[in-house]
Amino acid sequence: MSATVTAEQVEARVLDALVTFGADADVVSRDATWEQLEVDSLDLVELAQVVEEEYGVEITSQDMQNLLTVGHVVDLVVERAA
Amino acid sequence: MSDGNGTPERPGCALVTGGSRGIGAATARALAAEGWPIAIVYKSSDDAANAVVAEIVAAGGRAMAIRADIADGASSDAAFTAAEAELGPVLVLVNNAGVRADGLAPQLSDDDWSSVIDTNLTAAFRLTRRALRPMLRARFGRIVNVASIVGLNANPGQANYAAAKAGLVGMTKTVAAEVARRGITVNAVAPGYIDTDMTEGLIEGVAQRIPARRAGTPAEVAACIRFLASEEASYVTGATLVVDGGLTA
Repeated sequence: MSATVTAEQVEARVLDALVTFGADADVVSRDATWEQLEVDSLDLVELAQVVEEEYGVEITSQDMQNLLTVGHVVDLVVERAA
Repeated sequence: MSDGNGTPERPGCALVTGGSRGIGAATARALAAEGWPIAIVYKSSDDAANAVVAEIVAAGGRAMAIRADIADGASSDAAFTAAEAELGPVLVLVNNAGVRADGLAPQLSDDDWSSVIDTNLTAAFRLTRRALRPMLRARFGRIVNVASIVGLNANPGQANYAAAKAGLVGMTKTVAAEVARRGITVNAVAPGYIDTDMTEGLIEGVAQRIPARRAGTPAEVAACIRFLASEEASYVTGATLVVDGGLTA
């Protein structure tokens, strides 16, 4: 995977995806939790699909358990895409 | 199929495993009549698969036949990918392919057990998992698993088949609950004695026990699958529709 993936790019893409899943655009932020965004487990599965297709980063169901905020996902993707 | 003028343009296709014969072939025809381009996945009978394709095409539909051994994960995935490449996203999946290896439990070999579980249950799960990704994106999908009344009631000599079919019913319910909020439905049909190659020789002597006094036809099962795959069935999910002429009523 390209090492040029930046945290800003990933964050923008993740936030955009969450809004398309129905999260409130005014609430989405790096520190927002899934509860605050009303993002459910199926949304996270879809988010993992987006990330895998666009960045080649696989997020497993085990990973999911430790990903509690938008920022956690962004950091994981940037780390693994590097 | 009707004259074809009233059938909607579909944004994807329907994939039917075991689509060259019996219930699968009847389902392929029925879904084609609803305007779905059809991918028939089959294991062995080139002539039968091609005949179903030719029939659908002659009626004004689109269809392709893909030879694959769905018990093999790579072969199954390749078939699915081929269908997507040719006909668009798979928005209707009918897990129909099934095999039998009958015997009383003390005599069922490990191979008898695993071959039936692999094809009838594991392959259906793999294809379901594969299909759900594009269905989630599309916010639409129809999965129909062809179970059996043997998955609901005892049938001595078919412990392996019963386990696989009961497994399909359980899988149907749980996956249905997981994805219902995305407009994806997952249902099963449970045929009783249906007049197909697979039940040849089994039906004599049974008809008297069936309230309808006859075996069912593949088209009668296909009609139920067609309904479950339709827009009209949008609030039916996790259900098992028994199609048995009243045998288990």
